[in-house]
Amino acid sequence: MTVMEQRGAYRPTPPPAWQPRTDPAPLLPDALPHRVLGTDAAAEADPDLLRRLHKELVRGRRYNVQATALTKQGRLAVYPSSTGQEACEVAAALVLEERDWLFPSYRDTLAAVARGLDPVQALTLLRGDWHTGYDPREHRVAPLSTPLATQLPHAVGLAHAARLKGDDVVALALVGDGGTSEGDFHEALNFAAVWQAPVVFLVQNNGFAISVPLAKQTAAPSLAHKAVGYGMPGRLVDGNDAVAVHQVLSEAIAHARAGGGPTLVEAVTYRIDAHTNADDATRYRVDAEVEAWRAHDPVALVERELTERGLLDEAALQAVRDDAEAMAADLRERMNQDPVLDPMDLFAHVYAHPTPQLLEQESLLRAELDAEADGTLGAGPHGPEGAGR
Amino acid sequence: MTTVALKPATMAQALGRALRDAMAADPSVHVMGEDVGTLGGVFRVTDGLAKEFGDDRCTDTPLAEAGILGAAVGMAMYGLRPVVEMQFDAFAYPAFEQLISHVAKMRNRTRGAMPLPITIRVPYGGGIGGVEHHSDSSEAYYMATPGLHVVMPATVSDAYGLLREAIASDDPVVFLEPKRLYWSKDSWNPDEPPAVEPIGRAVVRRPGRSATLITYGPSVPVCLEAAEAARAEGWDLEVVDLRSLVPFDDETVAASVRRTGRAVVVHESGGFGGPGGEIAARVTERCFHHLEAPVLRVAGFDIPYPPPMLERHHLPGVDRILDAVGRLQWEAQS
Repeated sequence: MTVMEQRGAYRPTPPPAWQPRTDPAPLLPDALPHRVLGTDAAAEADPDLLRRLHKELVRGRRYNVQATALTKQGRLAVYPSSTGQEACEVAAALVLEERDWLFPSYRDTLAAVARGLDPVQALTLLRGDWHTGYDPREHRVAPLSTPLATQLPHAVGLAHAARLKGDDVVALALVGDGGTSEGDFHEALNFAAVWQAPVVFLVQNNGFAISVPLAKQTAAPSLAHKAVGYGMPGRLVDGNDAVAVHQVLSEAIAHARAGGGPTLVEAVTYRIDAHTNADDATRYRVDAEVEAWRAHDPVALVERELTERGLLDEAALQAVRDDAEAMAADLRERMNQDPVLDPMDLFAHVYAHPTPQLLEQESLLRAELDAEADGTLGAGPHGPEGAGR
Repeated sequence: MTTVALKPATMAQALGRALRDAMAADPSVHVMGEDVGTLGGVFRVTDGLAKEFGDDRCTDTPLAEAGILGAAVGMAMYGLRPVVEMQFDAFAYPAFEQLISHVAKMRNRTRGAMPLPITIRVPYGGGIGGVEHHSDSSEAYYMATPGLHVVMPATVSDAYGLLREAIASDDPVVFLEPKRLYWSKDSWNPDEPPAVEPIGRAVVRRPGRSATLITYGPSVPVCLEAAEAARAEGWDLEVVDLRSLVPFDDETVAASVRRTGRAVVVHESGGFGGPGGEIAARVTERCFHHLEAPVLRVAGFDIPYPPPMLERHHLPGVDRILDAVGRLQWEAQS
């Protein structure tokens, strides 16, 4: 007999002093993603914001196209394109104050660039000349994280530390739909809610974790629903609607800044390109689906709104495109130069003070490089016992 | 000249004192972990810290090791010096991805722009009658990860001094606390702690002429006991306490083995793929012409850590060490 079946006779002692922390209803996301563009609400969108979003979206799209071309030329080891997701990337960069921090995943190069990072530096990881090509403190952009969801607890810790120091700083962490299945996603959200840390999580649900569709990733009604169990609000937004994403993120960040704690935002979007250039997306999705999403293009959505409201004439549009083209040309030219690397850098940044073992290995490499330079590589006898005496 | 009052202190007390002094000296030092606050840690190492420094400086976290270490990464990125506790050795495994992919590599990934001064305290090792998952020797995993320091005290003084050094280090330090030595005592003046060799230096705990026992952490007292017992058989054993596996003090170890000509590495973690293999290789490479016998290893068996009623058969004890010392009479055997 189960507990449910014996309910009539069962007189349990109520658990002492237990009560739910909050009413979950206000935490639940709306049934449909929040949208602005294409609705009556679009009329109230600030023209300056629309123009700024548009300019960054066009640059972002051009950046994605250029970086993808660079992989075909062998200039980049790999590039995970965010074509189709530019609205999330751009909004994530633009909603932050200068003092705030961004925690990107490997697909979020664009968000880092839109935040002000040098486009070449942002590609260092993907070109392969070093792992992180920038000082994270300079623009307050954490290193692009390849392990999934592991950057989320970092965002929580940083936001928590900032609040302990009395600084008015918010952290925004980006993660994909696949990343929400990782344990670190759970631990980060739980920590954030318990600590009421000023952090916002943005899930870019682009439909697939490499080849695995969302339906095989989660049984939750939406990824935003996952927020409720942690005791934080979940918001659902159209990830191709730059104004809507900007709006929802702005509210979440203001909420966090005011001491209201974390928010989980799910942006529903689509990855137009394959996972990376090494992936064959035709094996797991059909053209009709891709075409349907192309018709809901984030760049076109803003462009249409601007044009219909008479905020963007042909000359202004051309200026935006010229700016993006100039950025791409500069990126192409600089990426086509071979980076100058110093092999001794291999040992420079392992410890504050290199261990004796690393000093020995450093000498070995230096000797190899010297020998290479004067054509005597492989000549000298080396023996650890001799070297150590 | 004033006379210093020496009082007996346990290793656990010395560790707690080190945390307290570090927190008092530097407001960026934050202690966090499961049960470290109100309870004072399951071994009472953090006793009193939350009361003295507040919940913000000594924080009871949710029960989630990846979250604890991951949050510490973000805190360190913002300029704090987190000291996290993993409660028991095997409980640290959920945090391995954070440790290996981020903690160990952040300085390197960012070309030195973002060091992570995090201390990871891990109560480790067996011999306390713990049930499974409470007695692992996990040092081989840590020492195989570039970017981490791996440190383990064997004395009360070292527990204090090395922990202060670990917290002050700009690099992440995995600080392995031998659980079975938590209640070991030494006469010690907490107000005037003795000078301690910095991280990365081994110490000769007992000088000797006929062979070197190379050891660390919980096996140090066992080796000292074995050295005393060996006197009866005419062996004058030198005992080297490594104190740190990374960085490794080749100099002190090789100097000792060159003096004695014979060496046994002793540790309680498994032998295959364990620290002893690395140490024996390093000694052989540096001292081959001085060696009178192969470098031997006395280690735990290559088995999952055994149930408490059998652990005494697994842990290297005095007899097993003396047996290995006997086998160092290589010439007579061959």
